[in-house]
Amino acid sequence: MSDPASYLPPATGSQPPLNSPAYGSTHKRHPKQAAIRIAPTLTESLAPRMTQGAYPAIADLSVHQGRQAQGERIIVGGRVLDENGRPVPHCMIEIWQACSTGRYHHPLDTHDAPMDPNFNGEGRVFTDADGNYQFTSIKPGSYPWRNHANAWRPNHIHYSLFGTGFAQRLVTQMYFPGDPLLALDPVFHAVADQAARERLVSRFDLGLTKPEWALGYRFDFVLRGRAATPMENPQ
Amino acid sequence: MSNPADDRGAAGPAALVATASQTIGPYWALIEHPEWANLLRADGPNAGYDQGERITLTGRITDGDGLPAADAVVELWQADPRGDHEAGFHGYGRSGCDAEGRFSFTTVKPGPVKGRGNATQAPHATLTLFARGLMTQVVTRLYFAGEALNETDPVLNAVPAERRGTLLALPVGGGVWNLDIRLQGDNEPVFLEV
Ligand SMILES: [Fe+3]
Repeated sequence: MSDPASYLPPATGSQPPLNSPAYGSTHKRHPKQAAIRIAPTLTESLAPRMTQGAYPAIADLSVHQGRQAQGERIIVGGRVLDENGRPVPHCMIEIWQACSTGRYHHPLDTHDAPMDPNFNGEGRVFTDADGNYQFTSIKPGSYPWRNHANAWRPNHIHYSLFGTGFAQRLVTQMYFPGDPLLALDPVFHAVADQAARERLVSRFDLGLTKPEWALGYRFDFVLRGRAATPMENPQ
Repeated sequence: MSNPADDRGAAGPAALVATASQTIGPYWALIEHPEWANLLRADGPNAGYDQGERITLTGRITDGDGLPAADAVVELWQADPRGDHEAGFHGYGRSGCDAEGRFSFTTVKPGPVKGRGNATQAPHATLTLFARGLMTQVVTRLYFAGEALNETDPVLNAVPAERRGTLLALPVGGGVWNLDIRLQGDNEPVFLEV
């Protein structure tokens, strides 16, 4: 059996550095020493198979315990591809977000805004055989945080994705077009490359929009791809 | 603006660029399922699994001031007792951290895993850490102190000798192995990237 193929190195500026000074929580939490680069083994190129049997889907966050959540109903859909342009089928996507007023259904969230009792904020969907996914939710509200004076997070939805290799693991956030807070947000701006940053902003999509029901937003994910030729053994 | 993919020869000009990582933030626990830290849970994907040696993997995550990273999340990914990732054992677990920054997994001891070429890797588990203040995950490995194969493990041998100890879990009795992880400062573990 041949050795696992190498993963493509990150494109310059496309990933945020661990030391991102404008984001205060990074100060005491970023490692000071550089990571050591290794050639992938089975440990890095394989990944756990996440199936709906073990991890049941929750594809509609807009209804909780049979009751409709408050706020602007949205449909989010798109595709999961890898950097080689191949769809990633049966990929588990975890979703978590604040309710329409900007509150998380979480005891540590003490923001003084009314919490929607009909919104839980947890979702989980799987891509189909062509890498497509879709879920229904409520547009999350903005919320304050203590990073700097008068700091507010732009509206965002958190995601966690598992690919076919554990080296593809991705946790990210999706933003909404036209949000004035994006220009001020250090988490968003930790991504130096403008094009890479702007790909974190979803696009309004009339095709996904359902008449008389919900606004549609399109958001595609790209997981790390494989190099065509094996990397020189870094060891 | 230059296309960032241009400096990745193998990717080619038409290649896509991987989505940027963003911090998991403090509220990931909204999707926390504490039971996922027990890979042998009765209603989980390994229900009824009875092979190998049952072990507990524990540790404490602290920041550059030595304060607990109470909002951190640790993911475990490992092979089965024969060193196979795909033979049926679901080697994935996720543990949050308590107020002291402690995580804990219930699992089976992994076996030696095939390495690159003809190499054999010592038994190990991959630990992936996410937290508020980590813009991307950091990845390290947990090895078992005293394991004979550690001497020839290709990854351990790629690590400077004086830092190898940061990857070695120590037995603390009763099948419990412990590896503390300092995110920043002296004895920072070796983080790995591929
Ligand atoms: Fe958030």
